[in-house]
Amino acid sequence: MSALETLLLVLAIFGVLTGLSVIVLSLIWLERKFLGRMQMRMGPMHVGPFGLLQPVADAVKLMAKEDLLSSLVDRVVYWVAPLAVFVPTFMIWVTIPVARDLVIRNLDMGLFYIIAFSVLSIVGLVTAGWASSNKYAVLGGFRAAAQLVSYEIPLILAVLGVAMLAQSMNLEEVVNSQSTVVYALVQPLGLVIFFIAGLAELGRTPFDIHPAESEVVGGPFVEYSGAHWAVFFLAEYINTFAIAALTVLLFLGGWLFPGISGDVSALGVLVFLVKTYLVILVVFWIRGTYPRLRIDQLMSLGWKVLVPLALVNVVITASYMFYGWSAWSLSLMSLAILGAAIWGLSKRMRTAPTPEYTVKLYVPAPEASNAG
Amino acid sequence: MSLSLVVFYLLGAVCLGGAVGVVVSRNVVHSALLLLVSLMGVAGLYLLLLAEFLALVQVLIYGGAITIIVLFVIMLTRVQEFRAMKDNPQWPLAVVAALAMFVLLAAAMIKGAPSETTRQSVSFEELGSSLFTQWAVPFEVASLVLLVALIGAIVIAREGGEE
Amino acid sequence: MSLIHFQVLSAALFSIGVYGVLARRSAVMVLLALELMLNAVNVNLIAFAAYGEQVQATGQVIAIFVITVAAAEVGLAMAIILRLFRDRASVDVDEVDLMKW
Repeated sequence: MSALETLLLVLAIFGVLTGLSVIVLSLIWLERKFLGRMQMRMGPMHVGPFGLLQPVADAVKLMAKEDLLSSLVDRVVYWVAPLAVFVPTFMIWVTIPVARDLVIRNLDMGLFYIIAFSVLSIVGLVTAGWASSNKYAVLGGFRAAAQLVSYEIPLILAVLGVAMLAQSMNLEEVVNSQSTVVYALVQPLGLVIFFIAGLAELGRTPFDIHPAESEVVGGPFVEYSGAHWAVFFLAEYINTFAIAALTVLLFLGGWLFPGISGDVSALGVLVFLVKTYLVILVVFWIRGTYPRLRIDQLMSLGWKVLVPLALVNVVITASYMFYGWSAWSLSLMSLAILGAAIWGLSKRMRTAPTPEYTVKLYVPAPEASNAG
Repeated sequence: MSLSLVVFYLLGAVCLGGAVGVVVSRNVVHSALLLLVSLMGVAGLYLLLLAEFLALVQVLIYGGAITIIVLFVIMLTRVQEFRAMKDNPQWPLAVVAALAMFVLLAAAMIKGAPSETTRQSVSFEELGSSLFTQWAVPFEVASLVLLVALIGAIVIAREGGEE
Repeated sequence: MSLIHFQVLSAALFSIGVYGVLARRSAVMVLLALELMLNAVNVNLIAFAAYGEQVQATGQVIAIFVITVAAAEVGLAMAIILRLFRDRASVDVDEVDLMKW
C-alpha cells in the first residue's frame, strides 16, 4: 500500500468518526423531540432554536460531572469495560457502505464481520457490571448478557436468510442484488425477525429491562458517572444507527431508489440517510408506544417465538432456492407464516393468564385457624 | 524484516503475553480477560495465515460465547470476596514439565521442517463445499455433540433436580 | 515468515497451557489453560493448511471442528463446576478426591 493510499485510509476513518459523532448528536435531539411530540409535550425548547443545541448541553454536562469511584472497584477492569463496549461498535463501521463505492473497506465477508464484532461488546457489559462491585450491577450485567446472547441467534439466522438470497456476504452485492425487488417484499418474515432481534440487541424498549432505572437501578451502568457513562450512551446510539443502517441495507434496498441511477454518490448517500432516519423514527415510535417486557417474558419471546420463526425462515428460503419455485412463492410463504405467528400470539395473549405466567406481588398471610 | 514478520512478532507477543498472564495471575477475572486478549491475538494470527473465515469464527465463538460463559461461572462461584487462590505446591515440577514439552516439540518441528513454501489462502467457497460434501458426516456428528453438551449442561446445572 | 515460526509459537502456547493445567488449583483456571492448549493446536492446523504443498481445506475444516468441540466442552465443564461449587462451596481441584484410594 502506497503512502497516498494509507493517507486516504486514515482520512476516511477520521471522516467516518466525525460523521458518526454528528449523527449521534442529531439522534439525541431527534429522540427527545419526537418522544416529546408523541407524548403531547414540546420536548427541549430552551437551548438554541427548537432545542437544537440540547445534545451539546448534554455532552458538556456529562464531561463536567465528577468522576465518582467506589473504593472497592477493580480499577483496571472498571476502565477497560467501557472500551470493550465502545471499540467494537466503531469497528463495525469499517465495512458498512453508505453509497456505491463509498465504504472504507468492502470485505467479502462483511456481514459475518459485523456479527462477530457486535458480539464482542457483550463481554464489555458483563465486566462493567462485575467491576462496579455492586450486587445490582452484577445482576444487571447478567440479565443484559442473557438477553443479548439469546437474541443473537434470531439475528444471525435472519441475516443468513438474506445471505442465502443474495448468494454473498458482501454488503455492496447484497444491495446490488436488490435492484429489481427489495428483500423486504421477498422475506417480510426475515425483516420482522431482524428488526425485533435488533431492538433487543440494542437494549431498546420494549427490551430495555437491563438499563431500566425503575427495575434494576440502572443495571450494569449504575456505578459509572459522567464521562464513563457517556461512553456507554454513545455506544448505544451508534449501535442504534448501525442496526437501522443494516435494516436498510439488507432489507430496504440501501441507496437504491426507483428512478435514481446508482452512479451519483451524493444522491445515493441522501437516499440512504433518509431511509435510515425513517427506520430510526420507527424505533423511537415503538419506544413511545409499548411498555417494557419483564425478563422472563423477554426470554420466552426470544427462545420460544423468534428462534423457531427464524429457523422456519431459513428452511423456506432454502426450499425456494432448491426447488426453483417462482419468485413470489417465497413472499407468500413468508407472509403466511408471519400471519400465522401473529394470529397465534394474539390468541395466546387474549386468553386469561394462567397461574404460571402471573407474578404474585402480594400474597396475603394465611389465616391461621387456631391462632393465639 | 518485512511488514508481515513485524506484525507476526507483535501478535505473537500479544498471544504469549496474554497466555502467561492467564496462568500466572492471582485474580480469576483478570485471567479470563487476559485469555480473551490472547485469543484475539490468535485471531490476528489466523488473518496472517490468510484464513479470514476462521479468524471471524474465532472472534465470534471465543469472544462472544466462551468468554461470557467463563465470566458467568466465575461470578457465580466466588469463594470469598477477592480471596486469591494460591497455586499448587508442586508448581516447580509443572514449570519443568512445561519447559521439557516445549523443547521436545520445538526440536521435533525444527528437525522435520518441510521445504520453503509461501502462504496460500483457501477460498471461502472451497471451504464451504468441502465442509458439506467431504466432511458432511463429521459436521452432523459435531452438531450432535453440541446438542448433547447443551442437554447435559442443563441437566447437570439445574436447581433442585436430583435424578 | 515461514511455517516454522507458527509452529514454534503454537508449541510455546501449548506448553504455557500445560503449565496452567498442572499448576493451578481453581477448576476455572484449569479450564482457561485448557482453552490455550486447544487454540495452540488450532494455530498449528491452520498454519499447515496455509503452507501446505497443495491448497486444500482439510486443515481449516478440522480447526472448525476443534473450535466446536472446545465450545461444547467449555459449556459442559462449566455446568460441572457450578454443581461442584453448589455441593461443597469450593472449586479447589485438590479437594475433589473422593474417588481416590
